[in-house]
Amino acid sequence: MAKFEKANSIGEWLDQRLNTKELMRVGVLEYWIPKNINFLWSFGIILATLFGILVVSGIFLLMYYKPDTDLAFYSVNYTIMQEVAYGWVFRNMHAVAASVVFLAIYIHMFTGIYYGSYKSGREMIWLTGTILLIAFSAEGFSGYMLPWGQMSYWAAQVITNLFGAIPVIGPDLVIWIRGNYVVEDATLTRFFALHVLVIPLIIMGVLGAHMYALRIPHVNNQDGEDIDYEAEARKFKSGDKRNSKVMPFWPTFVAEDVFVLGAFLTFFFYLTFFHFGFAMDPINFIPADSMKTPPHIYPEWYFLWSYEVLRGFFFSSDMGLIAFGIANHIFLVFPWLDRDPAIKPMHKRPLMKWWFWSFLLIMIALTVWGKLPPTGINAYIGFVLSVAWLSWVLILLPLLSSIERKS
Amino acid sequence: MADCKRRAFVKGAGAALGVTAAVGGGFALYGMKRAWDPLPSVVAAGVTEVETSSMDQGDVGQVEYRGKPVVILKKTDEMPANEERDVVINGERFTVNILICTHLGCIPAWTGEMFKCACHGGEFDSSGVNTFGPPPTPMVVPPFMIEGTKIVLGKEGPEYAKIKAAKA
Ligand code: HEM
Ligand code: FES
Repeated sequence: MAKFEKANSIGEWLDQRLNTKELMRVGVLEYWIPKNINFLWSFGIILATLFGILVVSGIFLLMYYKPDTDLAFYSVNYTIMQEVAYGWVFRNMHAVAASVVFLAIYIHMFTGIYYGSYKSGREMIWLTGTILLIAFSAEGFSGYMLPWGQMSYWAAQVITNLFGAIPVIGPDLVIWIRGNYVVEDATLTRFFALHVLVIPLIIMGVLGAHMYALRIPHVNNQDGEDIDYEAEARKFKSGDKRNSKVMPFWPTFVAEDVFVLGAFLTFFFYLTFFHFGFAMDPINFIPADSMKTPPHIYPEWYFLWSYEVLRGFFFSSDMGLIAFGIANHIFLVFPWLDRDPAIKPMHKRPLMKWWFWSFLLIMIALTVWGKLPPTGINAYIGFVLSVAWLSWVLILLPLLSSIERKS
Repeated sequence: MADCKRRAFVKGAGAALGVTAAVGGGFALYGMKRAWDPLPSVVAAGVTEVETSSMDQGDVGQVEYRGKPVVILKKTDEMPANEERDVVINGERFTVNILICTHLGCIPAWTGEMFKCACHGGEFDSSGVNTFGPPPTPMVVPPFMIEGTKIVLGKEGPEYAKIKAAKA
């Protein structure tokens, strides 16, 4: 065993045993972040905070929630909402954070797309990020089922049915996932297990990988500039902090992030206390009834765009499902659909600039039409938007980016 | 020489370990798969009997069969007959369908002349055949058997076999 000197402080005592000084140095003090970034780079920290809020508020809901079809609805809508002291605060926080986390994810993703932060060395950051999006979607879906209201039930019914379209094994797979011929008690309890343990564990693991993946390529900056980190770090450490292009993660970057985080959390708590209705559908305050579909069912806002891609092909459910499958996975291969390896923000890419803003518009339009009843003219608009979405990612993205690479 | 033997031993031990782990992993996966299968009590869910003698033409009745809604419609003379799907009891025509939209599983509503699905606008005629919108196939006819004027869901009779054969 190593020989231990008597320590003069708690810090020293810990350092002797856990090598904390070195850990801090490598982990945060000499983790270099470029200075040329803006508030959009704070969304990673915002997301990490929102995940923390979800975990903590979730733990408190878990203390009264009952994953049983006879008890679930009342354990949420009566026990937690009316009896438990501040139970409603935890529920509002959990519901609002679950909704707002997707807003932050989409901003974070589109920031990455705008600045080209997904390619030429940063593929693993992007890939783990997309897996986080899929894991959060699964987490959102499984959580939505738990209050066992009408929307919970019918969302579960429709989404589990999607697997029935898989050739050969589909119908049996649906029964297996549900543990019954219909969505029922077994389904609720297993999705509860997924929601409170399995998926959060996966998220934590992938989150670790996401942050680790940032270490080698470092975060991108507003101009896509290729920074010589060793030289800039040396400059910073030698005292020339002003002229160095980088800053340490702790304390400088975090200190800046805290302001953006503060603004975001103000917005978040405003929603939690005064405007939580958007995160809790009124139809979900009616207990689940397997014999009666609500007149108009739609998913939460963050799934609307892909839902509209599914519905867009109103004349063929197979085509709709294929398009939906593409929509949910295509972001995984985004770095390879962009054929231009140069890291540049969109405003320096003459063609892709148009592609980016029109793509964002298509996503927003899909979200709007996803909420409208799919009748009459809306069905055709949905179809046009879905086809546009597919051509924007599958055709225009590779095409325009390779034209740019050659010019 | 000794080195050779040692390497062979390590290889053999490695292979044995690999096979054992693969078999164990296989069992574990199988166990997990089976744990999610429907419980025996669910599989053995009972039969549902429907008495049709009190129904008038144009009446629709809804029952629950294995957790799913089943709709039984006694057709009026104006409703087109469907030789492949109609269930004929004492000369009266009935249609029996699992009232679940074949698109994504919502429950269509009977409007008086057709079944309309609110979710994505699918429509089915009085025989349960898809006529408009995303539903790719007619509604499913549940297994049934005719006993006198009763329709027994969950048992397979010759009338059901005929409908099933017509579909295939
Ligand atoms: C949902 C939880 C997520 C958390 C907690 C998270 C966290 C973070 C953090 C802390 C950073 C570094 C700071 C920053 O640049 O913002 C980061 C960077 C990044 N993330 Fe995420 N992220 C999440 C989801 C995603 C998703 C869904 C994607 C995209 C599909 C993504 C793509 C990226 C990219 C490309 C970067 C690098 C940005 C750059 O180099 O400028 N992340 N993330
Ligand atoms: S579920 Fe009936 S039309 Fe889609």
